[in-house]
Amino acid sequence: MRALLNQRSITLLVLAAVIAALPFVFPSSYYFRVASLVWVSALAAIGLNILMGQAGQVSLGHAAFFGIGAYAVAIGPTHLGIPPWAALLVGAVLSGILAYLVGRPILRLKGHYLAIATLGLGVLVALVITTESRWTGGPDGMPVERLTLFGWRVSGSYTWYWVTGGLLLVGTWIALNLDETPTGRAFRALHDSEVAAQVVGVDVARFKLQAFVIAAIYASLAGSALAFMNGFINPDQAGFLHSVELVTIVVLGGLGSVFGSIVGAAVLITLPQALTIFQEYEHLLLGLIIIVAMIFMRNGIVPSLSGLLVRRARS
Amino acid sequence: MNSKTALKSLLVASVMSFGFAQGALAQNTVKIGSVLSVTGPSSFLGEPEDKTLRLYVDKINAAGGVAGKKIELVIYDDGGDANKARTFATRLIEDDEVIAMVGGTTTGSTMAMIPVFEEAQVPFISLAGAIEVIDPVRKFVFKTPHTDKMACEKIFEDLKKRNLTKIGLISGTDGFGASMRAQCVKVAPNYGMEILSDESYGPRDSDMTAQLTKIKNTAGVQAVVNPGFGQGPAIVTRNYAQLGMTNIPFYQSHGVASKSFIDLAGAAAEGVRLPAAALLVGDKLPESDPQKKVVTEYKQAYEGATKQSVSTFGGHAYDGLFILVEAMKRANSTDPKKIRDEIEKTKGFVGTGGIVNMSPTDHLGLDLSAFRMLEIKGGDWNLVASGS
Repeated sequence: MRALLNQRSITLLVLAAVIAALPFVFPSSYYFRVASLVWVSALAAIGLNILMGQAGQVSLGHAAFFGIGAYAVAIGPTHLGIPPWAALLVGAVLSGILAYLVGRPILRLKGHYLAIATLGLGVLVALVITTESRWTGGPDGMPVERLTLFGWRVSGSYTWYWVTGGLLLVGTWIALNLDETPTGRAFRALHDSEVAAQVVGVDVARFKLQAFVIAAIYASLAGSALAFMNGFINPDQAGFLHSVELVTIVVLGGLGSVFGSIVGAAVLITLPQALTIFQEYEHLLLGLIIIVAMIFMRNGIVPSLSGLLVRRARS
Repeated sequence: MNSKTALKSLLVASVMSFGFAQGALAQNTVKIGSVLSVTGPSSFLGEPEDKTLRLYVDKINAAGGVAGKKIELVIYDDGGDANKARTFATRLIEDDEVIAMVGGTTTGSTMAMIPVFEEAQVPFISLAGAIEVIDPVRKFVFKTPHTDKMACEKIFEDLKKRNLTKIGLISGTDGFGASMRAQCVKVAPNYGMEILSDESYGPRDSDMTAQLTKIKNTAGVQAVVNPGFGQGPAIVTRNYAQLGMTNIPFYQSHGVASKSFIDLAGAAAEGVRLPAAALLVGDKLPESDPQKKVVTEYKQAYEGATKQSVSTFGGHAYDGLFILVEAMKRANSTDPKKIRDEIEKTKGFVGTGGIVNMSPTDHLGLDLSAFRMLEIKGGDWNLVASGS
């Protein structure tokens, strides 16, 4: 028990240290921007990882919730006069309710029905955002009002680095602590064996649904943060390709590993930036690196590497 | 060993992201940036833009550069993703420290990048179509392609000449179609146009007969206009012929102004009219036309270097690059603010898209004469003689 607790606080401490230390090596605000993007993607991925890694279900339309969060903070203040921070909460609540409504009937079934249902949901949400141009600005997107908190206008790459970094820390802390609660234990039981969990009295459907709702709220908050940061949003963020990117981050970083999601996001966001020097071979190399990583680190980057370290330490 | 190599490659990659990004800045070069959608769904726009910029920057450097300095071109591919475009825009400003930018393939990515350039006070010449880019006017943002509003006006002007005032609209729901539809609806009253029917289709739909039948059955429709882009208009054109509607004049937009539209629509394209840039009919222009020289030279250079047929999209990049280069020469400086002032003073610049006269209230500088009304005859573009 103590070892677990230690591991948890170490993860948090390492993350906090990295967030605090990076500004000292960043030469320009472009790096703050890339890092903020990593923190935002990592936040969405951590939520998705609770669903995928712990409850063993895949969401192929997770960008839909990301999009709902993003468009909530775009539409709320512009069309409905809701203050930006309240719009963020409205987006999170809407995403949670939608996930509940979709997940409740489907998660009673065994198998990967949720993947198909979310695939449909993702396409549907992206379609609505693209066509309802009166509200959403259509395929070209719409501007987002700046976030103001207690008279403080949140803008600039540097500020957003700390805001998103803080959000990520809180998100990580909650995800890590979830492990300790009865819900977290139920999730782990689910992950190890659904049948065994059911036999010892875990309400499988209910806990899967909880995981799905939590994942949706994480994605929605990440979406809102990105929309505020960019000051502009378009339907790509709710599209299928973004859903695939989120799943890739989770699998690449390591299923069930909170730290893995952060590393996965860091790799997938910084790699395309680093590979631009290869120009037309950029996409080829990106694909190749991901394939190689998945072949040699089948459990994802973080679990594979920590396994390797543990084995080294023993021998 | 294996996992070690994999680890190494990842480490190398992450180190590179911080190491390589710092390019050496030579004394005698100036950096011009560009973010284009070279891959992804808008690649048919971004690719010719990319090739045009590379081709002409090489030519300019071979001829000694601009005001004694060589141009270093930094191009990033956003893959059609506005969020990526925004990151690359930040990178161009913060890391590459470019003095100006010619790029932004789609309206979506342009709109996402505008705040970065406005804040940094670096001129940004966009290659995107929609009018929102320059309306309202932003101090550092310019653009070269004709707006969708102008395309509507040109079509309506032609309709008015033919005494046709009752029209049906069928538009795509993609960015281009939706934006142009809105502009057409807005300017229709100025030309006395009455829109009797207003239909739409999804960008990936494969049959539009239902919408067209509805227009066909609307009493009094004298002409049909199709604001659209990509494959959709070709399908609409085929369906239009299949339904035997060719007795009603049919107008496409400048969005289909490439040879592949005629190939896709086949015989059904006969008699279709559309507004387009002079570039498409360069060889058919009279010798007296001021654009004749520019468009034939660009066509020859582009087709010679790439072995691909020329498109108006690459032409927009050509115009953007040379408006910038001329401004740099006049400013005789690499100060972005001075270059911006000179871009705004561009007068009588002859480009592939038309003759550009910019002003503090007009950051596009093209008027309706920039568009030529074309009719497809015998599988090729033909100029519509004025008055017919």
